[in-house]
Amino acid sequence: MSEQERLAARTPALRARAAVTRAVRDYFQGQDFLEVETPARVFSPGQEVHLEAIPAGSGRHLITSPEYHMKRLVAGGLPRIVQFCRCYRAEEDGPHHQPEFTMVEWYRAGGTLDDLMRDCESITEAAARAAGGWPRVPVPASRRAEHASDTLSLEGPFERATVRELFRRHAGVDVRGDESEFEMRSLAAAAGCQVASDAAWDDVFYQVFLDRIESHLGCGRPSFVLDWPAPLGALARRKPDDPLTVERFELYAGGLELANAFGELTDPAEQRSRFVEEAAVRAKRGRAVYPIDEKLCKALAHMPPTCGIALGLDRLVMLVTGASNIREVMAFAHDEA
Amino acid sequence: MASYDTSDIRKGLKVMLDGNPFTVVEFQFIKPGKGAAFTRTKLKNLLNGGVIERNLRSGEKLEPANVETKSMQYLYKEGDSFVFMDTTTYDQVHIPDETIGDDANFMPEQIVVEVLFFNDRAVGVTLPNFIEQKVLQTDPGFRGDTATGVTKPAHISTGASVSVPLFINEGDTIKIDTRSGEYIERVARA
Repeated sequence: MSEQERLAARTPALRARAAVTRAVRDYFQGQDFLEVETPARVFSPGQEVHLEAIPAGSGRHLITSPEYHMKRLVAGGLPRIVQFCRCYRAEEDGPHHQPEFTMVEWYRAGGTLDDLMRDCESITEAAARAAGGWPRVPVPASRRAEHASDTLSLEGPFERATVRELFRRHAGVDVRGDESEFEMRSLAAAAGCQVASDAAWDDVFYQVFLDRIESHLGCGRPSFVLDWPAPLGALARRKPDDPLTVERFELYAGGLELANAFGELTDPAEQRSRFVEEAAVRAKRGRAVYPIDEKLCKALAHMPPTCGIALGLDRLVMLVTGASNIREVMAFAHDEA
Repeated sequence: MASYDTSDIRKGLKVMLDGNPFTVVEFQFIKPGKGAAFTRTKLKNLLNGGVIERNLRSGEKLEPANVETKSMQYLYKEGDSFVFMDTTTYDQVHIPDETIGDDANFMPEQIVVEVLFFNDRAVGVTLPNFIEQKVLQTDPGFRGDTATGVTKPAHISTGASVSVPLFINEGDTIKIDTRSGEYIERVARA
């Protein structure tokens, strides 16, 4: 296909993308958010074990997410901020992944995860209306489980289910969050999943999650997955009434993982020690180790209780246009640049 | 044999899973939020044709399946097995009835097929998608019976019966789809 043909085929999706972007901006303006911009080239691109940053010269890397700088803004006295931000992640290339993509990230100081869930419900509604498909959006075969409906209603409220409930319901096992790696591997076996004998805690968790649970999420209606086990919430605070889980949710809709939210950790000492642990895991797995962001650690001491969330704009456009591949909603995928 | 890892996964790669040989049919990159990358892989069991899906974590090792295919000519039936000859080495192998199964219906003598070997043992054959065969026996169609969709059985040299249109006569050569067993067209008149 020539470039002209490809772009012609994508034009309707690009128009929808522009309309969705405008609608999401309008929503945040109506909610009295301040739109901000933060640096793309940074010294600490994120310590997450499974993210690989792209070098950007002079000891810097391109951001994998804008969260560190946005938190410094919240700590600096900006209680409601939003950013539409290009993010860069090496090695990510698949039907729902591109190494360069757009994130909408926002923070609500003094807000709760419930506030963020309502934001998500409103934003998906605004996006679907902007793209001309409310309340039902098409779900292509590649994104749905067998026999699942080929349309999805985005009418709220969305389903809310905890990780523990979902593991019980779909995998028949109970995951608390304090299991040893050995116990996790037996739990996977009980759920009928195969994992390597040296698989790490999070790898076992995600094996069961992908094999048994993910295909059930967001089929009948969009679904918030709440209360993640503590080992899976690097920047989230523990729940006061249940220290084995963290304040985190993920939003799934129509086979797409759309957003991830945290009740933000604001304890500088605990954040620092989690960074050190993650750096050690990265080193052990042969991944690049980035410097710990001391400016962020310092800022956390001034940060009010805050909830923050990142939502993939490309995937939101996929959801409301019924695209099966993220390329369909981008003018140029990485190999078309 | 050296082992593969998930970055080697390609369509058609032959690997061992749970002691059985599989071929990769489809694969895609997936990555759950905050988790490791996985390769969602659809694989076909080379022994029974069953398709399974596996989520393989990046870096996971896979054992290559010791399988190969050879072009072989079917010579003749002998007792409970079929005798094939390698068209390059002239080596002969006997493959038991149960391995050939229903494929025997559309495997006339002299036909060249792909024989799949697993650990040097023949485990299955793949026929060409289409074969051309002479009709050995079929009842005459009635003159004037022009209704479409009406068929009658016709027998070919393998003993199989194929549903053919009424205008087909004994001695005609017909083209058959070996995957469905369906008549495609008449290629020559008697």
